[in-house]
Amino acid sequence: MMTDLYLIVEIDGQKAVLPASCIESVVEMGEVTPVPCAPRHVLGLFALRSRVMTVIDTRAALGADVRPGGRAVQAVIVTMGDHLYGFVVDHVDDVVPIDGAPAPARALLSPGWAAMSAGILEHDGMPMIVLDVDALISGKPTALAA
Amino acid sequence: MMDDLLSDFIAETRETLEAIAGEIVAWEAAPGDRSRLDSIFRFVHTVKGSCGFLDLPRLERLSHAAEDVLADVRDDRRKPDARLVTAVLAIIDRISELTEAIDSGHALPDGDDHILIAALSEAEVSVAEESPATAIAVPANRGVARSIRLPVDLLDRMMAGVSDMVLARNELSRKLREVGIQSGIEVAFERLSLCIAEMRDSITRTRMARIEHLFTALPRLVRDISSELGKQVTLRIDGGDVELDREMIEMIRDPLTHIVRNAIDHGIERPEDRLLAGKPAIGTLDVCARQVGNHILIEILDDGRGIDADRLVRKAIDNDVITEEAASRLGWDAKLQLIFSPGLSTAQSVTAISGRGVGMDVVRANVEKIGGTVEVESVPGRGVHLTMRVPMTLTIIPALTVSCGGQHFAIPRSAIDEIVRVGGDAVRPAKLGGADVVFIRGVRLPVVALANVIGADDGGDHLHMVVLKLSGGNRYALAVDAVHDHEELVVKPAAPIIMACGIYGGTTLPDNSRPMLLLDIAAIAERAGVDWKTGGRDLADDNVEALVEPHDPILLFRDLDGTERAIPLALVERIEDCFAGAISERAGRVRLVHEGRMIPLLSCGVPITAPKVRVLRMNDGTAEIAYAIDTVIDIAPVEVALHRAATPGLVAGVMLVEDRPVEMLDSFWMFAEVAQAETPVECKPLCLLADDDAWTRKVLAPLVEAAGYRVAFDDSGAAPDLVIAGDAATGELSAPTLRLRMTSEPVDASDPSLWRYDRPALLAELQRHRTRRNAA
Repeated sequence: MMTDLYLIVEIDGQKAVLPASCIESVVEMGEVTPVPCAPRHVLGLFALRSRVMTVIDTRAALGADVRPGGRAVQAVIVTMGDHLYGFVVDHVDDVVPIDGAPAPARALLSPGWAAMSAGILEHDGMPMIVLDVDALISGKPTALAA
Repeated sequence: MMDDLLSDFIAETRETLEAIAGEIVAWEAAPGDRSRLDSIFRFVHTVKGSCGFLDLPRLERLSHAAEDVLADVRDDRRKPDARLVTAVLAIIDRISELTEAIDSGHALPDGDDHILIAALSEAEVSVAEESPATAIAVPANRGVARSIRLPVDLLDRMMAGVSDMVLARNELSRKLREVGIQSGIEVAFERLSLCIAEMRDSITRTRMARIEHLFTALPRLVRDISSELGKQVTLRIDGGDVELDREMIEMIRDPLTHIVRNAIDHGIERPEDRLLAGKPAIGTLDVCARQVGNHILIEILDDGRGIDADRLVRKAIDNDVITEEAASRLGWDAKLQLIFSPGLSTAQSVTAISGRGVGMDVVRANVEKIGGTVEVESVPGRGVHLTMRVPMTLTIIPALTVSCGGQHFAIPRSAIDEIVRVGGDAVRPAKLGGADVVFIRGVRLPVVALANVIGADDGGDHLHMVVLKLSGGNRYALAVDAVHDHEELVVKPAAPIIMACGIYGGTTLPDNSRPMLLLDIAAIAERAGVDWKTGGRDLADDNVEALVEPHDPILLFRDLDGTERAIPLALVERIEDCFAGAISERAGRVRLVHEGRMIPLLSCGVPITAPKVRVLRMNDGTAEIAYAIDTVIDIAPVEVALHRAATPGLVAGVMLVEDRPVEMLDSFWMFAEVAQAETPVECKPLCLLADDDAWTRKVLAPLVEAAGYRVAFDDSGAAPDLVIAGDAATGELSAPTLRLRMTSEPVDASDPSLWRYDRPALLAELQRHRTRRNAA
């Protein structure tokens, strides 16, 4: 049986997991430089250890209300294709090992969650939505065929 | 162990292939050149040796066959003719393909190796082969420098590391300023800064490569294209030792290839056409590189037929790229710029070489993407001169920071023409058909408010403007809230989602550690809808000119046709009302009888019907003219930016007066017009038309008169300055004689006569004799 590590996060009152393999760290972020003309879920840019990170508002990507800005927030740092991204989440919980591969969701997810999920995993008897990192970055479902 | 050897072999072969490409073509042009032959021989020999060791039988067979043949040539057992060279080239191409296939792990079908090998054999050699189509002047081999081989990604990592060091240093500098530094720390910090700067320089240099890497492929490219097209081209390369960033070299490879293809395909003519045009049969293509400051200029010159700007304009009109009206206002340079419009190609037909779709617009877009520019000049019949200007390195660029909507942005210095502040007469904002424009020293530029582009609040003041120059020469003014510093910035590509916004060129971290976006100025112009084609075009230099000195007042009036026109007030002597009865028309000239004198009267052409007419009387010091108008509107003290009319005539051009278009009269043209018509008859040269027949009187005489001559039909009067006679006429004639013949073709080459309907030649002769007489 396959066991992978996942990070449990909370977004818009909902718990979900991100695959730990692509996560670099979790940081507290300060003020973000906005990017005019960017899609709604791109919060802006932030300098992390002398690198420019693109900050993604996961709530906006999931179609929920945009977070009120201003205060420092927690961001999950992810590297994708030479670029650094920070996913702003409401709360970072814990890293846990979960067995098995994600299964397609049987429940009817809201359109936002459905577009951003890569499947469902069981953890301590609770179903957990696995977030699709690529989809969160682009704000669009990764592949409609999958 | 084996893998290491194999990858070394691949890298080495690849590098030698690149270096040898030029040698092969040069050898073809000069088969007797022993040193070229030797280096090709060495190459196949080395490949053969390595293949045996590495167990690569196909490569070994191919290289062995080529080696044998080349050995024969070296020992003078065979003559290197075109066929042999082509066969060797084919083998070397196959070696190159196989090498790449081994590297990528794909199998290459065995295919026709044996055919290639068979082509080398002497039996195949046919007698008649055309002479080599291409002659190449390749600089002599240079000595090999002491060097090591490094993977490029290691260099990239080093560069990234140094860039990070610079950023970390900047951050430290900021932190030190915050806590207030002591002098001891300051000295140490300065030393660190110096070390980092030096290190950055040397690492930057490791990324530099000779542009030769790009140029070595050209001889082969030129050879292949020209022989395919049946053209003959001499390629001359210069400046191969100029260095620029490896990455940059890769970025300009495609644009350069495309330009070279275009030059041979569309520029250089077929040998027979060249001979007809009085040029040598072999075309010349010059490619040279040189460093100018932080930029590299790559110039590509051909001596082909040049760009047919008028055909370009017609195509642009057909493809709705430009309106006919806008096209009529374009100057020569502006017409040439149309070559960069999407979807235009000057060639009549799509060819296999240049293909369709990839036009100069793509070339320019690709070069602009890396912060470069492309410019084009062309003289019809003489060739095209393209200049690519690219920055030496991608990573560190000098930039200007500006702010807008409370946020800082960076603009590449290379794109900035000047920075202006609105105010005074030199920089005047205005509205033109609802769009913002600015007059900078009389030149009108479209204005793009950055606030509008980024969706920030637009205060509407537009006090600070940065004049940006796009490649192709178009300029526009970007209105920003404030202009800040010049800084050297480490620019990195932004995440795809940010690049997709379409207005940014990358991100950077300045000293304050707040990420900053680099603006893509070409994309912003496009997004803001700056329309270069219909009036938004930069009306600088050749088509805008201040005919009137600043603050020189002009007289605004309504003309007889209702149009608002203007004339410099200084030229107007008096404004008078005259009776229509005082106007007479004689000998095709309208004159005003005034105070006992006849004054030539000009008008816009509308018939004068009112009993009284108002005229402007003007005087140039020697001649007097009058111009009929409707009413005087105003005298305006304006500084005029005049948009020159395309053709000389009554109207010199159009300008804006208080946002209204006003036509400026061309006083020079008016006086010249009158002066020519008023030349006293006695002063005109006399032309004797020797054949007094109907054709001469009705057809020839008016033409000669229009050219400024008096005509006579018999020689009883004064001595003529020129005689025009039919070819039948004989006898001694005292004056220079122009003979006309009935047929369009001359009898023989020595026949000096002109066909009687060859109007241009006739007029040229008339002009020549008149000038000669005046000079005498």
